Amino acid sequence: MLKRPPTICLSGTLYIGETHICGPLNLNLPSARWTCILGPSGVGKTTILRVLAGTATNVKLDGTLSTEDEKSLNGRITMMAQADFLMPWLNISENTAFGARLRGEKIDRTAVQDILTRVGLAEHLEKKPHTLSVGQRQRVALARTLLENRPVILLDEPFSTLDALSRIQMQSLSASLLRGRSVVHVTHDVAEAAHLSHQIFLITRTRSFHLSLGTAPPPPRRWGASETLSLQSRLLHLLMEET
Amino acid sequence: MRAAVPLLLLIWYIVPILTGTPPFILPGPDRVLQALWTHHRLLADHLLITIIEILAGLFLASILGWCSAILLASSRTACRFFQPLFLFSQIIPFFALAPILTLWLGYGLSSKIAMTVIIIYFPITSTLFDALIKTPEGWLELAHTMGASRMQILYRIRIPNALPGFASGLRLAAVYAPMGAIIGEWVGASHGLGYLMLLANGQAQTDLMFATVIILAALTLSLHTVVTIISRRFLDHIKD
Repeated sequence: MLKRPPTICLSGTLYIGETHICGPLNLNLPSARWTCILGPSGVGKTTILRVLAGTATNVKLDGTLSTEDEKSLNGRITMMAQADFLMPWLNISENTAFGARLRGEKIDRTAVQDILTRVGLAEHLEKKPHTLSVGQRQRVALARTLLENRPVILLDEPFSTLDALSRIQMQSLSASLLRGRSVVHVTHDVAEAAHLSHQIFLITRTRSFHLSLGTAPPPPRRWGASETLSLQSRLLHLLMEET
Repeated sequence: MRAAVPLLLLIWYIVPILTGTPPFILPGPDRVLQALWTHHRLLADHLLITIIEILAGLFLASILGWCSAILLASSRTACRFFQPLFLFSQIIPFFALAPILTLWLGYGLSSKIAMTVIIIYFPITSTLFDALIKTPEGWLELAHTMGASRMQILYRIRIPNALPGFASGLRLAAVYAPMGAIIGEWVGASHGLGYLMLLANGQAQTDLMFATVIILAALTLSLHTVVTIISRRFLDHIKD
């Protein structure tokens, strides 16, 4: 049973040592919403995810990271990155259940099979990662993320290495399978942000702000629909103006 | 390689004839082959002892290497304290240690095994330590978000990821291990190829000495090949 995702608020400035990385930020992540953090490379988008994940041990946050229930995010968050991070010595089924395997917990094989079926990899349970295509490997990473059953999902440009068709398929699959969770998705692809987001947080070298989506329909928005293309165009213009 | 070996044998055969070098200084390949055949039982007996020393040394050095590399990779304090000592230990000339080891451990197998361990411990530990600390950062961050402890990360990620590094160290060790056993046998032994070399040298049986060297070279090559094949099969198995 999935726990209700908490609303998360990250406000402040991020530093590594004395070097300014990004901010001041005022990032509000509502419960069960897909938030895209959009911006050019090198503005600190991934660092924000690492701060949320609690893995940015070298980053200092001059500000606060809080949740509405005032509980820690530890154990409620999981991450899917640009690289799939599959373990080459484990097969697809073992990689999917890697979290449980790592913690020494009992593996629910039925759940593993069910999730791999949902991502379209039921035929590949016993295969090793190197025998799969890049798109298939990202599906395994998505299955692994889903099996962790965490309410908050951090996505760090997970579709950027895929070809156009696989990217669209993975985006639609993720939008459908991650519904009901809070998703924080770092990307520099305006089409992706326009397709998937409930809200968009724009970061440039000079400033960062929430972008109102106005009357845009809820995500996932249809590819090629005039409102999606118009949002895409607006995002592109904003990025060009700001950089 | 195939052309080079017969050519070298031919040169080796011709040089003593042309220069008139007596067989007790440089025996020709025919004499060495004859010595290999005549003394094959003697060579086999001593070879067996050297093989036991080498295999025992490889086994013990691997265990010690794993323990040391894991200790150094898991604790920054241990790394800061032991790594300089570990590097300093490599400055000591190993040959000088052989008499001390014989004094402490006697003329039996122990001192030769200890010498082998001392020689191959560093390459095994060093390559393994490098492999353990070079775990991709993304895997560690993933494990962190999954709530894994340091021990779980070590056991489930760092160690499996370091196995190719261990295989490299072991391949290197397979080349150096016979050297360790032979040094030990030179200093004080009653069996083994190193002892047989000294014996043959003392009795001016240069052909037997050359035969022993050939057996030793073949042993080193075979050991390296066997370790390479086993490690490749094992690594292929975990990858495929």
